Order: sequence, then structure tokens, then C-alpha cells
Amino acid sequence: MKFYDIVIVGGGPAGLAAAASAKRAGNDSILILERDKELGGILNQCIHNGFGLHTFKEELTGPEYAGRFIEQVKELNIEYMLNTMVMDISADKVVTAMNRTDGMFQVQAKAVILAMGCRERARGALNIPGYRPAGIFSAGTAQRLVNMEGYMPGREVVILGSGDIGLIMARRMTLEGAKVKVVAELMPYSGGLKRNIVQCLDDFGIPLKLSHTVVDIEGKERVEGITIAEVDGRGKPIPGTEEHYTCDTLLLSCGLIPENELSRSAGVEMSPITSGPLVNESLETNIEGVFACGNVLHVHDLVDFVSEEAAAAGRNAVKYINQLAEGGKSEAGHEVKIVPVDGVRYTVPVTVNPDRMDDTMIVRFRVGNVFQNRYVAVYLDEERIYHKKRAIMAPGEMESVKLEKEVLKKYPDLKTITIKLEEK
Amino acid sequence: MFDIVIIGAGVSGAAAARELSRYNASICVLEKAEDVCSGTSKANSAIVHAGFDAANGSLMAKLNVQGNKMMEQLSKDLDFPFKQNGSLVVCTDESTRDGLQALLERGIKNGVEGLRIVEREELVEMEPNISDEAVAALYAPTGGIVCPFNLNIALAENAYVNGVEFRFNTEVTDIRKEEEGFTICTNNGDVRARYVVNAAGVYADKFHNMVSEKKINIIARRGDYCLLDKTAGTHVSHTVFALPTKMGKGILVSPTIHGNLLIGPTAVDIENKEGTNTTREGLDEAITKSAITVKNIPMRQVITSFAGLRAHEEGHEFIIGEVEDCPGFIDCAGIESPGLTASPAVGVMVADILQEKMGLTKKDNFIATRKGVLNPEEMSLEERNELIKKNPAYGNIICRCEMITEGEILDAIHRPLGARSLDGVKRRTRAGMGRCQAGFCSPRTMEILEREVPGFTMYDVTKSGGESAIVVGINKDRI
Repeated sequence: MKFYDIVIVGGGPAGLAAAASAKRAGNDSILILERDKELGGILNQCIHNGFGLHTFKEELTGPEYAGRFIEQVKELNIEYMLNTMVMDISADKVVTAMNRTDGMFQVQAKAVILAMGCRERARGALNIPGYRPAGIFSAGTAQRLVNMEGYMPGREVVILGSGDIGLIMARRMTLEGAKVKVVAELMPYSGGLKRNIVQCLDDFGIPLKLSHTVVDIEGKERVEGITIAEVDGRGKPIPGTEEHYTCDTLLLSCGLIPENELSRSAGVEMSPITSGPLVNESLETNIEGVFACGNVLHVHDLVDFVSEEAAAAGRNAVKYINQLAEGGKSEAGHEVKIVPVDGVRYTVPVTVNPDRMDDTMIVRFRVGNVFQNRYVAVYLDEERIYHKKRAIMAPGEMESVKLEKEVLKKYPDLKTITIKLEEK
Repeated sequence: MFDIVIIGAGVSGAAAARELSRYNASICVLEKAEDVCSGTSKANSAIVHAGFDAANGSLMAKLNVQGNKMMEQLSKDLDFPFKQNGSLVVCTDESTRDGLQALLERGIKNGVEGLRIVEREELVEMEPNISDEAVAALYAPTGGIVCPFNLNIALAENAYVNGVEFRFNTEVTDIRKEEEGFTICTNNGDVRARYVVNAAGVYADKFHNMVSEKKINIIARRGDYCLLDKTAGTHVSHTVFALPTKMGKGILVSPTIHGNLLIGPTAVDIENKEGTNTTREGLDEAITKSAITVKNIPMRQVITSFAGLRAHEEGHEFIIGEVEDCPGFIDCAGIESPGLTASPAVGVMVADILQEKMGLTKKDNFIATRKGVLNPEEMSLEERNELIKKNPAYGNIICRCEMITEGEILDAIHRPLGARSLDGVKRRTRAGMGRCQAGFCSPRTMEILEREVPGFTMYDVTKSGGESAIVVGINKDRI
């Protein structure tokens, strides 16, 4: 058994930022476990630009953005193991992992930071009927083949789903010489960022068909054609609206799912909406000393926010360990629920203890539809303390509000913080 | 000239090949796909039926019960996953209770052991998620679940090590009866054989009808299935069937041997014998009808859906035997459910027929056992570390969902009749069979196949042979 104060599961953007911030907060016993052959996670295959506008005030590619954090981790002499798969995390924070050289081994941690990221929703989860030939890829798998290995997964492409990876891949496949015929999106709005729709579809003349889905896949060995149809308000295909596209490839970009199998078997409680852990103001799960950040917690739109959130998780883990050394976690204050209603789908975190929170805390959320000229409102019990108009809000973009300790402390009997959208 | 040519490397053909490989005979299996287990045998309910379903006195009933009894020993000899989890036929309408009694009596006559009717109270105890409408059920403790791929693969591998030749990507186009034996024309040239076994699944009628005036007709009966994630795998522990009613045979809900949950199949007769496409209606039907016997199935956990074709013969009976007007041509046709269960007995029956006709003598060096792909999950931590020390590939996880190592994939590629495609690797190891459906591991498995299979480039790596290449070129090659 090895012993570390903090074990970080995953060496992608979340794990790297959490590690660097924990080290800067004064902890020297940190281990990052990464399953791939290098640090950086999914950013390594995101070779397009647009990363880091918030964090570094410049436009970086994915590998460049990851590189900045990898440098920090190396400069800070933080330990990491590559090609190492975490097989199990126990509720008492024993992490079991495996690689080629060390075999299967266990690490006892005082705190664990979950930073495993997310995976793509597969065809099966969408229950698309038709054949099951070669040529059906999740957008991320195609992205790896093209960007990391240099292989074309196909020549004529239909894309289902307008998540950001799908939009990015529409442009990438076009630049590499493929013909992207259409992007079909089940919902009446896109799941991706507005800027990606403009830069990846509009600029290349690729049509986006909202409220459409794939109703048939043809081709026994390799995809030969795709039929899409318009859907009604409940997502059911409308007969007579079918359109056929000859193609050899179907890319799927239909949502991302936080990768929480390890968390679940450790006993971490999950949100049915985000599929990520339910966390408090410290980004701590129901298991004391187990923290979560990045896409394993909830799927983010921009990596900058992942880094910011992960840095908080790193600091909080160190704070927790320091408190352990001083005789245990502070019992001060009480837990206040954060409740999303009226257009707000979820919040992260789901509770806050005003006594234990930092001076300010960011509550992130997503809305459930496209809204124009709505107000984001924050209520402390019955009293509205925040009310601000946003010109447009969409499910594809993450929103946030900032809570201040000073303000919350003025309400000693506070029970509920409600975040909602209001028309005026 | 071969003594025996078997057409088809599905479970029936492989079982026949394995049983015949006990004898001194030259045997060749012709398979049009790139691997064994590529047709009906790969897409079915993976159930080892108890044997109460088939008509009394039928060959189907006899071989079902025999096959069921053989399965456990065979699973030990050939090292494939099998479990007797027991089956329940659930009655949800008091007025149809007679049906349960009829099944019970039929089962007893068929020689099925341990059958009894369980009342609601006991049923709920056995299956807490059973429908609120369930009134009683027929319980068959000998019902089981099996890995259909590894049963088929194990039989074929064992036949191969006992001297049977396998020719893949070899499609039979014509069969001519000659003065002595047969000429079998294929896309890879002619093959001569003294005897032919026709185990061609949905195409068995085509080959039968080439040599016989007494035509048979095999109908492709499609069934759609949904497979759920392992998180739903314990939703039921027995295989739950619905009592057949006027409304049809119903949809089964069963754990799989690997811990997933399976629902299906529908039953639609189709013209196209390659029509393994699922349909919206079929998937909807499977989902809706599964709720008749089992409640609260977490359909959000569906990880894949698929369709299989049953080789349905109009008389709903196995046709096994020498074709009356074509001596030397042995049919093994109409092998639909419970064909997977019956397969060990089907193999023995075919071998017995040929042994008698040909006067075959037993080999003294027959190898009766086979080891499957090593499963490190069954090992202790110490054993596992010992293994990784000897072979570090067992420390490298390739499929994150099923936790399959590079070592297991290398084993699958390099063993007899090894995997040559992503599906071949998947069926032998489960890599790619999990919740992300190969999104993560397929580029990694492709690299391993390219590296390990002699002469392979990335363009030779396919999903399942033929035209199913995964990548089609390199970036910007057409610009």
C-alpha cells in the first residue's frame, strides 16, 4: 500500500488544475493517476483553437492549453503515473489501480479528487433503428482517428446531434476533404456553443436541421445511407418528412455523460439530472474527503471553467486535510439548499454552508430551453437579492451567479437559495 | 477430396465439426463470413432453454432437453461461460392459468426436471421486480444463460485443434452431386467432398434445394432486442418469459451471462435473409411488451440494440438427417430456438448419422478440452500481479467499460481461429461490448490488430470483415 494525502483520478484539465492548486495551497503529497500515455486528457485531440480566452486572455489550441497546466504540474514537482487505470475507489479512500510495470496496486489517500471527465453517448443509448455497419462513430472517436492518428473515418458524412464536438468535427472533416452533408439535431435548438455553429457550420455552408433525427441506417457492412426525419414536439418522427442522404459515415454528437462508474461503486450520491455527484460548497461529495470537479461533476461548455472549478476543488481538499490534522472538520454553520426552478435545470453545488464557504462562491447552472431577455434571479428564502437580464440563454451554454459570504451571513436562519428565470 | 464438408460455422456447424473431429476423417468447414458465429448464432436470446416449450415427441423437444443436460459439462470441458439461473414463465391473467398447467405437463413429458408452478407470493420473493399483474409462473430450475459467442467459438476452436480445416470468406455458390461425392463451388474455387453437412442457417433451404427435388423453405424471422447496461443487470435474476397468449409469444427479460439485462425478441417474418436491421416499431414493441412481466425496467440504461434472424422452417421442427433423394447430403436445417441449447446434441446427432454411414473410427488422440481466453478478473490480486510480471500486457486496460486488458486481446488474436476484426475481438473478450460501445477502445484495438496480424495495415482492420473497414484513407488524401 502506498500513502498520499491527495489522489487525483484523471490527468486531464480538471485533474491538472486541481493538482497545481492543491500544491500551491501547501500540500506536498499529491499523486495524479492518468490512464492515457500522456497528461492532458481529451484536450490532446482538440487541435482547434478557442481555448483559454478567459484563463489566459489568448486563443490556444487544446494541446497548448493542456500544455500550460502540464508545465505547471512539472514545475511544481507533482507526482503522476501514466498508462495507469484506476480500477476501484473505496468509500474509505483506498484507490486500486493497475499498469504494466507496477501491476495492480493500492493507494490509501486522505482525500480523493474525482476528475475522470465524461464520455459520449453511444448509438445504443439513442436506440436508432437500422443496420449496425462500420462507419458509425461517436464524434470524439472520429476526432481521435483524424487528429491523433491521421486517418479519415469516411468521405461523405451525416452528423446527428449538434453538440460542440459534432460541430467541431463537421469543420474538421470538411477541412480534411470529406463532404459533410447535414447536421441533424433532435431538439429545436442546438446543444453547442453559438460561436461553433457560426464558425463550423455556417462558414462552410453545412446545413443544420433542428427538430430532426435519424430514423434509419442503411448498409450491411459499411454505412451506405442515412434517413432523417422531422420530429414533433415529443421527439417522435413525423411520417412523410423523411429525407435520404447517401453517405458512408454517421457521426454522433448527442451528449456527454460524466464518467462516474468509479464514483458510484464508492458510494457517491449522484444527481439524476447532471449524472454527476451531488456536491456542497467545497465541491465535496456525500463521502467526506471525496471531491469532484470538471466534466465528471457536470459537463462544461468551456475548459476555462473546468480549470477554475478544479482549482477550487484542489484548495478545498487541502483545507480538508489541514482540518483533519487539526482535529476534524469544522461543524460550524448549517447547510442551505440551492434549488433550481423555472427554467433552471440544475445547479452545482446543490448546498452551501455560509460559515464554511469562501468569501465568494460561483454557482454554475444550465437552462432547459432557449430564453431571450429573461432575468436570472436569486432568492434567499423569500427575498430577491439578485436580478439581472440576459439577452439570450441556451442549454448549450453554462450560466453562473456569484454568492457572497458577507451577504449570506446576514441571513442566519436561511434555509433555501432559489435560482430561477423571471420574465421581468 | 474431403471426407466431409460442413457449410456454415455457426453453432450447429461448429458443434457438428467438433463431434466429427473425434473420428478419423478429413473435414472442412466453409464459412462465408470472416469469422465463426456471424449469423443467427451471434444474435439471439443466449438462453439455455429447459425444454418445456417444444411439442411432445418432436425432435426439437428431444434435442433441447439433451442439449440442456450436456451444457454444463461442455462448458467445463470447453471453458465458456454458462450459468443455470432458472427460467420463469409468467402468467399475468388468471383466465390463462390453464396455459401454465399445459406447459408444465408438456415439459414433464419432454423429460424436463424440477418443473413446478410458483404462486405470486413466492414469485415476488424470487423476482421482486415482477409485474404487479403476475399471478403465478412455471419455474424451470434447469433453464440457463450462456455466452453464445464463446460457446460457438469454443466448439470451433476445439474442432480446429482436432484437425478440422476452416475456410472463411468462402461463400458456397453451387453444389453438384457427382458420381462420387459432391463438387461445392465457392467464390474461392471448387471443393470436393464425399459427404456434405448443410448447416447454413437461414440459407439452409437454398443449399438443400440445389440437390433435392423435395424443396424446403426457411423463413428469416427477425427479432429485435435491446441490451441494457450492467447497472440494470440484476433487475431480474431468472430468465422471465411471458406465458404465450393469443397476442403472441411475448418478450423475455433476462440477465445475460456477462451481467447485462436483455429484452426481446420480436418476431417478424421478412423476405431479406440479410435483414438484420432493427426497426423503430420492433424496438418499441420489445420495450413496451417487456413491461408485461417485469416492472420498472430502467430503459434509460439501454446501451445497444440489435436484430437477429431465426431460421424458421414452416413446420417449426429441426430437419436433421440425410436428404431422401440425395444420399450423402446431410441437412441440419430449421435450427431456430431452442437451437443454441440443442447445439451440443445436434452435433452428436449429425456425427452419429455420418459415423454409421461412413463407418468412421474414433481417433485415439482426440483433445476433449479447450481453455478460453484468460479472464484476469477471476484471479486474486497476487495471481494477477504474477501474471502482469510475466506478461505486462495484462496490466494494460484497453476497454475501460469491461476492463479488458491488452493481454486478453492478444490472446484472442493469437489463439486458434483467432480474431481478425473488432467484432471478432469483441466476441472473444467483450472488449467494446460495454456501455460506451467501443467509442473508447476501438482506435486502441485497431492499433493492436494492425500490429499483431501479419500483413495487416489499418485499412485491413474491419468491424466484421468484407467491406466493413473502419478507416478509408488518410487526412487530405483527396484534396
